[in-house]
Amino acid sequence: MTTVSNSVEQKKGFGAMLWDWLTTVDHKKIGILYLIGGGFFFVLGGIEAMLIRFQLLIPNNDFVSAGFFNELITMHGTTMIFLAAMPLLFGFMNAIVPLQIGARDVAFPFINSLGFWMFFFGGLFLNLSWFLDAAPDAGWTSYASLSIASAGHGIDFYAIGLQIAGAGTLMAGINFLVTIINMRAPGMTYMRMPLFTWTTFVASALILFAFPPLTVGIFFLTFDRMFGANFFDHTMGGNTIIWEHIFWIFGHPEVYILILPAFGIFSEVFSVFARKRLFGYSAMVFATVLIGFLGFMVWAHHMFTVGLGPTANAIFAVATMAIAVPTGVKIFNWLLTIWGGSIKITTPMLYALGFIPSFVMGGVTGVQQGAAPLDYQLHDSYFIVAHFHYVIVGGVVLAILAATHYWWPKMFGTMLSEKLGKITFWFFFIGFHMTFFLQHFLGLMGMPRRVWTYMDGQGWNLFNLISTIGAVLMAIGVIVLIINVIITTAKNERVGNDPWEDGRTLEWAIPSPPPFYNFAQTPLVRGLDSYWIEKQEGHNGYTAAEPVTDIHMPNGSIIPFFMTLGLFIAGFGAMYRLEHDWGLPVLIFGLAFTFLTMGIRSIKDDLGYYVTKDQIRRMERGRD
Amino acid sequence: MDLNTKFTPQSWPDHPETATMEAKNKFVGFWLFLGGETVLFATLFATYLALKNSVPDGNEFRTETLFELPLVFVMTMLLLTSSLTSVYAMYHMKNYNFKAMQLWLAITGFLGLGFLALEVYEFYHYIHLGFTYGNSAFSSAFYTLVGTHGLHVAIGLVWLTLLILRNAKRGLNLYNATKYYTFSLYWHFIDVVWVFIFTVVYLMGVVG
Repeated sequence: MTTVSNSVEQKKGFGAMLWDWLTTVDHKKIGILYLIGGGFFFVLGGIEAMLIRFQLLIPNNDFVSAGFFNELITMHGTTMIFLAAMPLLFGFMNAIVPLQIGARDVAFPFINSLGFWMFFFGGLFLNLSWFLDAAPDAGWTSYASLSIASAGHGIDFYAIGLQIAGAGTLMAGINFLVTIINMRAPGMTYMRMPLFTWTTFVASALILFAFPPLTVGIFFLTFDRMFGANFFDHTMGGNTIIWEHIFWIFGHPEVYILILPAFGIFSEVFSVFARKRLFGYSAMVFATVLIGFLGFMVWAHHMFTVGLGPTANAIFAVATMAIAVPTGVKIFNWLLTIWGGSIKITTPMLYALGFIPSFVMGGVTGVQQGAAPLDYQLHDSYFIVAHFHYVIVGGVVLAILAATHYWWPKMFGTMLSEKLGKITFWFFFIGFHMTFFLQHFLGLMGMPRRVWTYMDGQGWNLFNLISTIGAVLMAIGVIVLIINVIITTAKNERVGNDPWEDGRTLEWAIPSPPPFYNFAQTPLVRGLDSYWIEKQEGHNGYTAAEPVTDIHMPNGSIIPFFMTLGLFIAGFGAMYRLEHDWGLPVLIFGLAFTFLTMGIRSIKDDLGYYVTKDQIRRMERGRD
Repeated sequence: MDLNTKFTPQSWPDHPETATMEAKNKFVGFWLFLGGETVLFATLFATYLALKNSVPDGNEFRTETLFELPLVFVMTMLLLTSSLTSVYAMYHMKNYNFKAMQLWLAITGFLGLGFLALEVYEFYHYIHLGFTYGNSAFSSAFYTLVGTHGLHVAIGLVWLTLLILRNAKRGLNLYNATKYYTFSLYWHFIDVVWVFIFTVVYLMGVVG
């Protein structure tokens, strides 16, 4: 068997390090790559948001042009949902879920790497539209009549970029599902899984069933725009409402794909920092599954004003309101987890405490919109903008920020500054409510969403001004976080296994960051909150389920990078095929390159390698 | 996992496709993937049903006049038979009879190729009549649904060819048993999808 490269022990040059990151199949490193990629796009989407808010600062503003404004809102939404929120959550899922279930890696390390590169190149492709042609400008929902008519290649960048990124997401979803089904350590039954693992599991199932419709919908759009199809062209017998259905059959579950992992993160944070077992664990699991199931039954509530008829609207209204029940169960369980706990107000806990009132407000406005007759009034107004920012920022983004502080020591081995963390929280939290709270009222006062500018004298000026000031506060919060990351990395003060001192789940039983094989011996799980149980019994670390044996590990590979590169190149060929001669050859070359690298992967035997007992003993000793 | 382990029909496990951890992962992962594929085809079917016979004014193409069952019946028989031969291949795989398995897989491949050739002829025929991809919303939906299935058959054939060639010298082991098994799952899946296409597109199309 091949010898192991002791990557944890060696110092490497820049080239070797770059190669290591390009070829890595280690779930912890891929988690970090997702954080870097997602963080980059989060900042990009944030800059777009700031430009939007500066344009709306005062009435009759012409800070940006109307066309550019449309591109900004489209790219802000698309970037934040597909390229920031999801990848950042994937980062934590990758880094933490295998540790929480006591696994050495994910089920498909190669596909894990492929999924990351497809997300990254897809996002890159989408954002190159800023430089190469025009950015997409039909809104993040890209409704068909509008997107079919949009001139230039903006929408094509949207379609092809999301196609590539979406395929990567689907792979990541299947990977997490199989990992959680097959790779749990002995004793880790389904009803002992930490809530973050549970929500990852359900969110991955949603990905599996929600992303194929998006794939098909985007193909229809691509074919209509670039290959002469007529799915959405009513003059040729097409039907533009089909896009709306397909998009929201994907789009609504997508909302739960984002929020369920956020719920999982907060469940972990509440129980760790209230130093209590999560209240109503089984009810939490049931509520998660139920929300995932109902998430597929409500898509038409985005389409109440389309004219589907009172029967359809009534059914979807009732289904929508039903989701409030399991969500309410969760809220009460969190409150009862804090109740009587020995609470430590750390940065992650601050985010969790801030999350409850913020998210409840988003939920309440959601139920209001679920009432179909009222939705006729609210539809396409700033009320909607306020609502979905309350659930996405007040839920998902607060969770991502909480998780960043909470799991940073586990992922990087250093502790983010609590002081700067709390400064970030207060700027971000106050800024968030300043930005979006008043937008409810702007909507009720009649301000439509997606408008480039507005007239003076409608009573909207003050609220828009306050809203923009709030956005600046949020930006300051994010900048403080970036400074925090830089300072922490520069100081490089290493921390131990359980730096929060109250860790309950398995990831805190091993070093920070964990060795590349995670667990020297497969752990034995003896109950919910298994590390907490060990600590209660005076053990340090975890109970092993097996003696030290040789560990089988997967080989790194550059093929995922090249496979994705081929698709990236093919995308340009497909897009410029109609006006340039080089388009078709480039399209064929790109696809051929992808299939060739795929064929190489398929023909080669790739059996991985073994880390021997002695090497493990040596490395474990070296650490103590 | 050691590739050099030599098996006999007696020592070969009952379920070689799930005998190792990697194999179990592939097995479960592939079933899940087929779950996603089901949703993909469901979306295509729903769109086809919504746009069936939906054409601009003056367009003459309708399912009743366009489709002819004899050709589609032959295609159906070819694909259904190929599913049966892939079952024979898996039977021999479980009995550790590598040569017989390869032979039945090759027959499966040729039947699939026959299906694909007839489908290409069918499309060529329609396009010759003027029923092109951009002819109407109906034509776009038809070609996209049936064409996506055809693409799946084509990908399956490439996959099968690679499998047969790459393992010709290696023989059967616990590493590639799962590869063969997941291929047979895939082949059954595209067969089932075709049964739905045959019913929903062609039978229901001819009835009107």
